[in-house]
Amino acid sequence: MSKRTPLLVVDDLVTTFGAGPGVVRAVNGMSLEVLAGESVGIVGESGCGKSVSMLSIMRLLREPPASVRASRIEFDGNDILAIPAAEMNNVRGGKIGMVFQDPMTSLNPVLTIGAQIRESVETHLGLSRRQANAHAADLLGLVGIPDATERLGQYPHHFSGGMRQRVMIAIAVACGPQFLIADEPTTALDVTIQAQILEVIRRLQRENGMALALITHDLGVVAGMCDRVLVMYAGHVVEQGKTRAVFRNPMHPYTRGLLRAVPRLDTDPDAGLVAIDGSPPNLAALPAGCPYQARCPLVIDRCLVELPDLRDIGSGHFARCWRTGDDDIAMPGARE
Amino acid sequence: MTVRTLHAGGPEAGGVDGPPPLLELRDLEVLFPRTRGVLWKRQTGTVKAVDGVSFALRRGETVGLVGESGCGKTTVGRCIVRLYRATSGQVILDGKDIRTLGGPDLLGFRRRVQMVFQDPYSSLNPRMTVRDALAEPLEVHGLASGRGQRDARIEELLGLVGLASEHASRYPHEFSGGQRQRIGIARALAVEPDFIVCDEPVSALDVSIQAQILNLLRELQRRLGLTFLFIAHDLSVVRHVSDWVAVMYLGRIVEFAPRDALFARPAHPYTRALLSAIPVPDPDVEASRRRIILAGDAPSPINPPTGCNFHPRCPWATPVCAVQVPVTEVVSGGHRVACHNWRDLGAPFSHPGASVTDGNTK
Repeated sequence: MSKRTPLLVVDDLVTTFGAGPGVVRAVNGMSLEVLAGESVGIVGESGCGKSVSMLSIMRLLREPPASVRASRIEFDGNDILAIPAAEMNNVRGGKIGMVFQDPMTSLNPVLTIGAQIRESVETHLGLSRRQANAHAADLLGLVGIPDATERLGQYPHHFSGGMRQRVMIAIAVACGPQFLIADEPTTALDVTIQAQILEVIRRLQRENGMALALITHDLGVVAGMCDRVLVMYAGHVVEQGKTRAVFRNPMHPYTRGLLRAVPRLDTDPDAGLVAIDGSPPNLAALPAGCPYQARCPLVIDRCLVELPDLRDIGSGHFARCWRTGDDDIAMPGARE
Repeated sequence: MTVRTLHAGGPEAGGVDGPPPLLELRDLEVLFPRTRGVLWKRQTGTVKAVDGVSFALRRGETVGLVGESGCGKTTVGRCIVRLYRATSGQVILDGKDIRTLGGPDLLGFRRRVQMVFQDPYSSLNPRMTVRDALAEPLEVHGLASGRGQRDARIEELLGLVGLASEHASRYPHEFSGGQRQRIGIARALAVEPDFIVCDEPVSALDVSIQAQILNLLRELQRRLGLTFLFIAHDLSVVRHVSDWVAVMYLGRIVEFAPRDALFARPAHPYTRALLSAIPVPDPDVEASRRRIILAGDAPSPINPPTGCNFHPRCPWATPVCAVQVPVTEVVSGGHRVACHNWRDLGAPFSHPGASVTDGNTK
């Protein structure tokens, strides 16, 4: 388990939008490794760079206005940065599947569900129409849509939100990808439907050994789905490690703040929530030093001038904070 | 034919000499017309969005109304502020049915009952400064005479919701989502209401900001003695703000209970399923808990199931559920449930909230 080969390696990813004084720095030096079969959660609030980082890796951003730089992006040993744009289509949807938050805008309203699933398998697997149809029906069954054969002839508007998201998952996994990127796949859905969708993803991972990058703002979903977690803030990874370690012993003040701010079922409801004061910084005018300085209760002078490194705390647990290791932060904050 | 009234107050709720409720819904029903055609609309039928909802709210308390999208919870909220008119049933504020109010009575009612919306960006006029937005209700209701008094009140309101007085001259787009929600709350407070319907007030906000707004609402309730109907889809949010919880499914209230009783001993299968589906930010809890994974989607109110609305998805459904609408029964003081089989469900799965709330209720 320790020597599994990394499937995806990203080194020092920087994504910016625009140019000149108003340049928006969305991702500021993100590094990431996803092992085969592993599931990694990427959490953070809106605008923290979690979605943009994945779109950058998939080269789905229009350049310009975006500018994507990295010292390395490798998938399954291939240098993604060197692949010509036209050939990226063989990677996306083939070895890498993607699911986005809003299934209504990602499905074509004037094509049947069957046509949209077939498109993927005919392109990538070279199946005939008949084979593709059979495969599509199997896929709908796999994601828990009853009457699959009949459903293939229907259009997206015939499907409910939860059903559409299952269709999206069916398309994403149609070619048996090694890696699934799921960007807030359940955010628009009700909790009982969310539970169904997450169960489908879990099963696909179990049965196909598929790796998963799950982008979400919901710490509960990460706790239930992911082996490892990256916490992002203002385009930086501020903490990463095994999910259990990060949730039990959060080392970055932001992670601790987030965990205390979430209303949860298993704490005293009358105790009140501990909010994080202020709001995230403007990505077009990031301060020098640590991006969390303005909201951090542990801020010291050094934080205002120098960006901390992502420091190793042991067992693959990293935090980007000057105060890590100081006595008053070493205590776990989230689980008193 | 059915005992549908669900009183938050009254002797059975525990308070022997409890005050009468501030607001009471009695058998509220809302039908929306279904139409066909573009220019010449023909009515082809009706959709029952709210189907016999009854419950009451006592002064100074919060009832959390939860349910999934399309269950009718927002429609209930809008009937209370009279944005919609109920098709039948009553909405009684301090003993008066608000459905019949008109003229000065209606204006007086609008002063007492306010609403906070989910998306403050679309509920604030982008061309009005915060000062204008807050001054408008003051003028409509004649609450401030003269500029000095008005500006003082606006400053006071901004302070109340944690904004600074210099924010008054800015426009909505200059604020973050959390700040905009504070403005929405300040605007609701401008007319000194007793009762506020909060419709998903934190759903559009990030976690760290959400906690700020939830804390603000609790603080305001304590300081101003407000009564809230808190509409949300997220039970863990509702648990942090409510004294009572009403669980709604497809137009009907399926369970109504004091908060701690609901979380410790959920009686309705749907409530149990909801509780088991809420993710908890703790990997150990997540790894060990059992989930009730419901089959299928919530049915459409256009064509609701017969009998109990929930029976097609219910793991405990029996033949009677498909034919007979369940009567609301009393579980214990103040705790009501509408289920044929609630006595036979067995102990609920131990969900993460059970132990904590159990400790509080015993």
